[in-house]
Amino acid sequence: MVDAERAGEPNGRVPDAVTTADAAGRGRLAVRKTYKLYVGGQFPRSESGRSYVVHAADGSPIANAVRASRKDVRDAVRAARGAFPGWEQKTAMNRGQVLYRVAELLEGRRDQFEAEVARAEGLGADEAREQVDRSIDRWVWYAGWADKITQLLGTVNPVGASYFDFTIPEATGVVGIVAPESSSLLGLVSRLAPVLVSGNAAIVIASESRPLPAITLGEVLATSDVPAGVVNVLTGYRRELVPVVAAHMDVNGLDVWGVPAEMLASVVETAAENVKRLAGRPRRLRSAEGDAAAGRDAGDGVDWLDDRLAQRPEWIAAFLEMKTVWHPIGV
Amino acid sequence: MSQDDSKRPQPSPPGTAIARRPASDSIGRGTETPASWGLGEGQAIPWEYVAAPESRDVVRLKDRYGLFIGGEEVAPSGDQWFTTLDPATEEPLAEVARATVEDAEHAVDVARAAYEQRWGSLPGRERAKYLFRIARILQERSREFAVLETLDGGKPIKESRDVDVPLAAAHFWYYAGWADKLEYAFPGREARPLGVAAQVIPWNFPLLMLAWKVAPALAAGDTVVLKPATSTPLSALLFADVCRQAELPPGVVNIVTGPGEIGMTLVKHPGVDKVAFTGSTEIGKRIARAVAGTDKELTLELGGKAANIVFDDAPLDQAVEGVITGIFFNQGEVCCAGSRLLVQESIVDRFVEKLKDRLDTLRVGDPLDKNTDVGAINNAAQLAKIEELVEAGVEEGARMYQPACEIPARGYFVRPTLFTDVALSHRIAQEEIFGPVLSVLTFRTPDEAVEKANNSPYGLSAGVWTDKGSRILSMVKRLRAGVVWANTFNRFDPTSPFGGYKESGFGREGGLHGLLAYVDLQPR
Repeated sequence: MVDAERAGEPNGRVPDAVTTADAAGRGRLAVRKTYKLYVGGQFPRSESGRSYVVHAADGSPIANAVRASRKDVRDAVRAARGAFPGWEQKTAMNRGQVLYRVAELLEGRRDQFEAEVARAEGLGADEAREQVDRSIDRWVWYAGWADKITQLLGTVNPVGASYFDFTIPEATGVVGIVAPESSSLLGLVSRLAPVLVSGNAAIVIASESRPLPAITLGEVLATSDVPAGVVNVLTGYRRELVPVVAAHMDVNGLDVWGVPAEMLASVVETAAENVKRLAGRPRRLRSAEGDAAAGRDAGDGVDWLDDRLAQRPEWIAAFLEMKTVWHPIGV
Repeated sequence: MSQDDSKRPQPSPPGTAIARRPASDSIGRGTETPASWGLGEGQAIPWEYVAAPESRDVVRLKDRYGLFIGGEEVAPSGDQWFTTLDPATEEPLAEVARATVEDAEHAVDVARAAYEQRWGSLPGRERAKYLFRIARILQERSREFAVLETLDGGKPIKESRDVDVPLAAAHFWYYAGWADKLEYAFPGREARPLGVAAQVIPWNFPLLMLAWKVAPALAAGDTVVLKPATSTPLSALLFADVCRQAELPPGVVNIVTGPGEIGMTLVKHPGVDKVAFTGSTEIGKRIARAVAGTDKELTLELGGKAANIVFDDAPLDQAVEGVITGIFFNQGEVCCAGSRLLVQESIVDRFVEKLKDRLDTLRVGDPLDKNTDVGAINNAAQLAKIEELVEAGVEEGARMYQPACEIPARGYFVRPTLFTDVALSHRIAQEEIFGPVLSVLTFRTPDEAVEKANNSPYGLSAGVWTDKGSRILSMVKRLRAGVVWANTFNRFDPTSPFGGYKESGFGREGGLHGLLAYVDLQPR
């Protein structure tokens, strides 16, 4: 989390993300990227015009990120609601292919993600590569679930009357995701992919202190056949944005994984107003035993590199509704 | 239980209290006889109605019922008691313990001890046999439970006898068989018990809701503290006797009676791992707030405002029966009741006419009479709420129709009510009435039907009536509701998951999905 002092300081010199120099040391002035929001398939600045300085793990400033406002949240919800029916109605295989396409494009831009993750999380090159490898593989893993989850979770029910009775899962609708704070890419992908694969639309509140890989992921999503509005990425202060998402009456579910502990109770209370579905850390990970077991826990409560713990069909089920249908059997 | 159509409640035989509807929609007793009965117009019906009351001898009420904690009946620590009434006569039935906060906390401690010392680690095959025993005892004592349920809750005996009690037994039977098969229930996952479940249930299906809650919990290896509703505690307290007969280990099932605060005490108790609630959306939200910031698992089964959609190609007489069942089953005190009827515009006049004819033949009165279709409203507060909303319907400009039937002078009764000319914005089209009140709206196209049906913060159930299978399935796909009944309504089965979308709650009861709500899944 960005501390108040740093956040409040005037935006000073921001070093270039990448500089190049010739042998004589004469530098070429690099073209910097402006990190913006990703809403409705576009990359707007905040209507509020605000930003905050993002620092690398070593404390050096990297860039100005957008400090989104409550209006930006409302715009994102509207975009997600508009995109939901079309995304949900795509065939399961089609959604799977779109998610697979995300993996393809991520693979193609892996150098950029490795550099961003390394800087954000203070990782060495090998560690950063592992994070990106696993992020790509996680998209592939969830992409394959698109046309299988119904068979895993659906049932035909042998009722005691002359009816064909079956239960099928359907996407919940618009889901807010408060992304894990520490794991800027892999943690985010691990929470986002299971929400998308079933047909939900998402509003992501990116890691507050490490938001840049999330925005770059938005650039990948924008070019990978994910329809505009299906994923919306906001950066900014969680204490400002999370309560707005939690209170929004057109948001059906909330992933509270990245909600700071001290905010959690009030956020869940707010979310009760329209009976939002909630997801967060599983029980075992919340226990002392679980925290100890998660050896490489980056502070998010789970080792995101551990496939056994960090990719689960239950996380798809968290934002599914079960629909039971009674169809008569007659002549 | 068998739910063959042949065993569904049949229309009551016509009697003297039944009369042809006057030409106007005003309330009042008609005098003429429908020509279809083979009698001349205006000719009096040549027989007297004779009631067929079920005997209440099978139930032996005690004067006082204590709390059921640790396998024993115990007096409440505050020595306070409340009276439960027969809503059909307003006569007191018995005194019931009013638990104190300390009693509720003690019950959780006892359940925790029972979980840790015995039940949580008992082999599944042993838990299964206890549940099978309970199912059998419920079947053996079915008439006793049916009569008690009707006495305490006001529902017609034919419903408690043919629906509530057999379904409750069937739920125990169904989940009994899961208790020793948990490793097959969730592929690749180890299903562990959660611990202690606090369960708060409503007054509309007291025994059935108990079964929906207790059976999957016990199958999963959880222990429970159950709080029945204040107006209908007796069948739960008789269930305590079933637990004793089944020799269920003490503390596995605990039942505390008392006001809503006691339910909240259970929900907030740190020794509780799982909260399950069925009731109003308002209280459901309060419970969701109460568990905020804790590790408690939560499932909510809340209110509804179901749309029952009738297309012009539907088998109309069958649809009329289904619409009647949909809203008048259990006096409409059903969360999934089909309280909004959406009729395709081309058939609305004919359909409403048929509905009114059918309404006229409903027998309203003594719940213990085996011919009664609509019994007593469960409690005085609910009656007042229904009357208020009926009044609001009239005030907001909808046209009201009620049959001319007589209703008993004592007890909580209301005439079956039908509103036409209802707008979506009317309170009777938006709010859950939880009574025998049907609002009729119309639509022209399937799109409009879907739009209107989904125009509600609720999403529990819906009905579709059409002869066309492909249309059923396209409507199913577009309706945002947890249960969709096609050419039927208000059917339940222990194997069939039940629960809501949107503000109707989350989590499912019944079937494999109902078991999921009581286990902690971990990777193997």
